[in-house]
Amino acid sequence: MTRAIHPGRPIAYVLLFAIAALTLVPLIWLIAATVKGPDDLFHYSFFPPLNRFTAHNYQELFSKMPFFRHLANSTFIASTTVVVQLFFSSLAGFALAKYNFKGKNAVMILMLGTMMIPGQVVMAPLYELIYRLGLVDTYPGLIIPGAVSVFGIFLFRQAILQVPNELLDAARIDGCSEFRIYWDVVMPVSRPMIGAFCLISFMGTWNSFLWPQIILHNNARFTLPIALNQLVGLYQQSYGMLMAGTLLSVLPVIILFMLLQKEFVAGLTAGAVKG
Amino acid sequence: MSTQDKVEPTQDKSVASANAVVRRASDHVDDTPPRSRWFALQHRYAPYLFLLPFLIIFATFGIYPIVKSLILSLYATNGPKDQIFVGLSNFRFLLSDPEFHTAVWNTAVFAFWSVFLQLPLALGLAMLLSAKWLKGREFLRLAFFSPHLVGQAFVAVLFMVLFVPQYGLINNGLHAVSPQIPLDMKWLSEAGLVMPALVLTSLWMYVGFNMIYFLAALQAVDRELYEAAMVDGANAWHQFWAVTLPGIRPVAVFVLVTATIGSFQLFELPFIMLNNGGGPNNAGLTIVMYLYRTGFETGDLGYASAIGWTLALGVMAISLIQMRLTGVWKRGGE
Repeated sequence: MTRAIHPGRPIAYVLLFAIAALTLVPLIWLIAATVKGPDDLFHYSFFPPLNRFTAHNYQELFSKMPFFRHLANSTFIASTTVVVQLFFSSLAGFALAKYNFKGKNAVMILMLGTMMIPGQVVMAPLYELIYRLGLVDTYPGLIIPGAVSVFGIFLFRQAILQVPNELLDAARIDGCSEFRIYWDVVMPVSRPMIGAFCLISFMGTWNSFLWPQIILHNNARFTLPIALNQLVGLYQQSYGMLMAGTLLSVLPVIILFMLLQKEFVAGLTAGAVKG
Repeated sequence: MSTQDKVEPTQDKSVASANAVVRRASDHVDDTPPRSRWFALQHRYAPYLFLLPFLIIFATFGIYPIVKSLILSLYATNGPKDQIFVGLSNFRFLLSDPEFHTAVWNTAVFAFWSVFLQLPLALGLAMLLSAKWLKGREFLRLAFFSPHLVGQAFVAVLFMVLFVPQYGLINNGLHAVSPQIPLDMKWLSEAGLVMPALVLTSLWMYVGFNMIYFLAALQAVDRELYEAAMVDGANAWHQFWAVTLPGIRPVAVFVLVTATIGSFQLFELPFIMLNNGGGPNNAGLTIVMYLYRTGFETGDLGYASAIGWTLALGVMAISLIQMRLTGVWKRGGE
């Protein structure tokens, strides 16, 4: 006798795949919109017949804005921020995970306290500070305030707590300096967390809008979100071109995600689940 | 249980590889004197040195602006240069500022709807997705999560086009499902439709993201509890309230609090979708947008700081209330 399939299962499948389809539809539409000419954009719901595919939107995009300039800006700012954040966060996370020292609790409490305050609170005084340092409309004005990530420090502290102390002591007996231990023992062991953090930090910087919008004035320095927002203001009706710009802007993040997918989910939920 | 099984082997592997690194590293340093004074010193001061770069930047660009914004909120300013001390009048003015009231109301409405639509849907999806018999789980998880890869600014541009009246995908989709819904819904230029449009957009963006947290939490719930509940004759509904919900409570509270905080910081979506303004009748004006407008368009950094602190205190109060109501403190040790 075969067991009857639970009647709930087909319903669950239909529900799940229907919602998945609803979720993916806007993204598929986005891709389709970039290859349709202005007359076809709303004529075909999604992709037009193959012979009506066009590169028109991309050509228009490249002629209306220095797209690759903005891509380079975004890439430079995001990767610099990731590297600096990674180094400072892992180093500080290591210190907080594996050492006992005076003032440790004070630092931790201070960090937790500032995590409760939304970033927008400090926008005005931060702008004033950056202005006085002469860093308005510069990359350092964008990168330096974002060079440390309290979230990253907690993430690394959590990961490094799991590293057995015997491993560190063994390295010490072998004469490794503390920095050497960080570099040659702790960092290699934390590889999954490094992957997760790099992706989270890269996405955060790549997509960041408000602070660059405040700090950057010169067109040539704009990052992609700022440049795209400006493009929307100038060519509100050129939907195809705007969609091409949007797709090309999110592509780097999607590629990076595909590479680091496993680590990402682990890192995202590490803090929450372990509490 | 299953997650632990997965974690352990990889950890062993990485520990082993680290051992190899230690061995390799020690090959190089064998010839240095093992216990010099320098060695003791560097061990003692290492944690301070490791924290130093972080502390310098954190103090300058994290702590100082927080303190400064409290001070600045007592001044009327015109750009970063001109400042006059005005005491608490910024806060007094906030109380009677109709635009600020609109912004608070809009943001609260947005937060309410997005949290109460997002979280049950995210939890429901996570529960369906963690069913043992399910095929295609990886694909579904990736599909639900994919919107989060698109940053808010880019989502805003995409949905601005999806919301286009007459031709846009959303109006056509709704019209196809129910022909009573007119094709010319002006989502972004009719005051009553702006908020639903924003809630819908953020629903698309964040359901899958929150689902990931619930999914991880559900995996950590002890299977035996369900079996025990079934032996006791509990139906699915009872199991949900007696086993699932208590099991995922810490994560659920975390998601609830962070989703609420995130909603109260809404800025990019309306700012870009409504052409860098508040939309018709300021129907899409949010607190952060008003902060941006007063601080960086009008140039009153003092008033902007007062708005920022009001937002911060409000968000903290709501977080505390949420944690209280969900009983985070009752059992302690979480």
